[in-house]
Amino acid sequence: MNTITRRDLGRLSLAAAVAGAGVTAGVFPAVAQSANPIRIGFAMALSGGLAGNGRATLLAYQIWAAEVNARGGILGRPVQLVFYDDQTTPGLVPGIYTKLLDVDRVDIVTSPYATAMIAPAMPVVMQRNVTFLTIFGAGVNEAFKYDRHFNMNVVGDNMKETYAKGFLDIAARLPTPARSIAILAVDNEFAQKAAESTRFLSRQRGLRIVYDRSYPPSTVDFTPTIRAVQAARPDVVFIASYPPDSSGILRAASELRFTPQIFGGGMVGPQLAAFQAQFGPILNNLVNWDVYSPEPTMNFPGVAAFQEKYRELAVKEQTDLLGNYIPPYAYGQMQVLEQTLTRIGKIDQTAMAADMHASEFDTIVGKFRFSASGEWAEPRNLYVQFQSIRDGDLEKYKRPGAKVILAPENLKSGELRAPYGPAA
Amino acid sequence: MDPDLVLLLNGIVSGLLLGGLYAAAASGLAVSFGMLDIVNIAHPALMVMGAFTVVLIGTTLGLDPLLVAVLQAPLFYLLGIAIYGVYHHFFERRGEEALQGLAFFFGVMFIIEVGLVMGFGPEQRFLDPPYAFTTLRLGEIDLPLRMLAPALLALAALGLLYLYLRRSFTGLAIAAVAQDAEALRLMAVDPVRIKRLAFGISVALASIAGGALVVVQPVEPSSGQIFIGRVFAICIMGGMASLPGCLIAALLFGVVENVTATFYGPSWSPAVAFGWLLLVLAFRPQGLFGKAA
Repeated sequence: MNTITRRDLGRLSLAAAVAGAGVTAGVFPAVAQSANPIRIGFAMALSGGLAGNGRATLLAYQIWAAEVNARGGILGRPVQLVFYDDQTTPGLVPGIYTKLLDVDRVDIVTSPYATAMIAPAMPVVMQRNVTFLTIFGAGVNEAFKYDRHFNMNVVGDNMKETYAKGFLDIAARLPTPARSIAILAVDNEFAQKAAESTRFLSRQRGLRIVYDRSYPPSTVDFTPTIRAVQAARPDVVFIASYPPDSSGILRAASELRFTPQIFGGGMVGPQLAAFQAQFGPILNNLVNWDVYSPEPTMNFPGVAAFQEKYRELAVKEQTDLLGNYIPPYAYGQMQVLEQTLTRIGKIDQTAMAADMHASEFDTIVGKFRFSASGEWAEPRNLYVQFQSIRDGDLEKYKRPGAKVILAPENLKSGELRAPYGPAA
Repeated sequence: MDPDLVLLLNGIVSGLLLGGLYAAAASGLAVSFGMLDIVNIAHPALMVMGAFTVVLIGTTLGLDPLLVAVLQAPLFYLLGIAIYGVYHHFFERRGEEALQGLAFFFGVMFIIEVGLVMGFGPEQRFLDPPYAFTTLRLGEIDLPLRMLAPALLALAALGLLYLYLRRSFTGLAIAAVAQDAEALRLMAVDPVRIKRLAFGISVALASIAGGALVVVQPVEPSSGQIFIGRVFAICIMGGMASLPGCLIAALLFGVVENVTATFYGPSWSPAVAFGWLLLVLAFRPQGLFGKAA
């Protein structure tokens, strides 16, 4: 009888890992062939549940790498991306980072997308004392307190006291200010932190919490849950969900004709093109957390040119067609790296961390500094409202007016419309 | 009407509709796992593959997703025959179907998922028929067609399969191969041919389930993962080889999940539903409709 030994299994695993690995290829094949490059290593979700944003992130990195190499590289050296598919499986991440640092011996490591994948990489990078620039983590460094961790995300240091502030500020602007709130959150770290922030700030502002529950990511039908929320008669509803759940929740709300004054919160999904194409008018008047909207108040230098380039390639690369969510930040993350290396003039992990702590960065998503814990020193949680949405045509999301910014005040581009529901 | 009673009635009705989707997903497994004793862990992945091809064909030709699911079922039948051929040649024939067969289907699942990512991209895919945004209202009870139409298709598919298994010679042979393959050979029927045919039917049912799934919700390559536990639980609870058992277990599973979500929060739904499975197995180890050994 043929048997598979542990060694055979190890070989198969290695073969599978190699098959899933890549250097900058596909749309930018020439980059991989340059001599003595600066090698930037990372794991990325190219398959599995987070692959949608993972592949969009990778495309943004590749655009940046191509541009940098066209300009002659950094410190006179071209850059090369060395990446492996983490398959959205946290258990694979430590092995990938060990390989990147000990076998591939890359010069710099950046993170996978997002919190659940970043956390398992932390012990590996901390053991080797390398600077770790992460993308869209949420409070990962609260537990590790690693002084070489830097996170490209707008949520900032103190998520509990800041995340839902904009949402509740908007609720206070209703003609009859909201008095009750319902909170529904998926059982994952980011959503639970978002719900905790909403709970904390709602109590602080005297809002009555009439429904406060979590749901498992495996939930298929949200009709009974939304019906129970509806039965509690809240003025506003804060939901923290991930893409597959956000679909079910919005469909259920539509089928039940649920029209509270404000509906939305921290739903991940409505930021993405596929979602916007599918849901069309169901998104109308949804008030939701976001990171970018093509409003005049966010027209940072370089962002429009980047998006034009991204959108040209997105169809071929089968990633998010609009690139209004993570791609500008992924590109900005690499700009941070480029600016640091250019300033310090060498690849030195200690000097990189010191520079990131000390400097202000100017990127296509604006200027910012990192705090002592490596988060954005000034949080910038956007709350946008989908307005006048009557169909799933994506063109409108390339222009101002479809996703109006209601908070924060300094980026505000329009006024709240209530209640939630399809446009007349 | 009392608001709690309205919530309860709607919880039961929406649970029955959800159970219809579960029945569609579990019926193919009731054939492969329940009758043929093949632990096809890739069944939910095949269902998702069916959903993706429904989206592709339906979008290209402008056809209803449930109709496409039925039309493409013969192709999935052939795919099932091919998969069984490989499985039988490399594992079952050598008597290595237990652990290595399981590994084979795990590999099939992984290949399908990665293949879908490579072929379609990792984004959510959808194909909403016009009726998906319509909700019928019977007094205080809501009947969203998004859930009702797939449930009716699942019932029709299960009904036809039941009749086929009970009334046709081949159907009876499939039921027989589940009990004693050697006895079937004595009746001059090739059990491998019968198993190949039955496995083809089970994969064709995955196509129908895929069509039902895409009407209920958008799909992504990894969507099948959330169904693995549920469909195996429903098969076991229903009594393995029993199609009526599979249907009733699926409906009960849906009702328990949704009523629990309505009154105690969705976090409790899986715990109560799977706890109920344990309770059933404690008192009826053979499942609701299974025959005691």
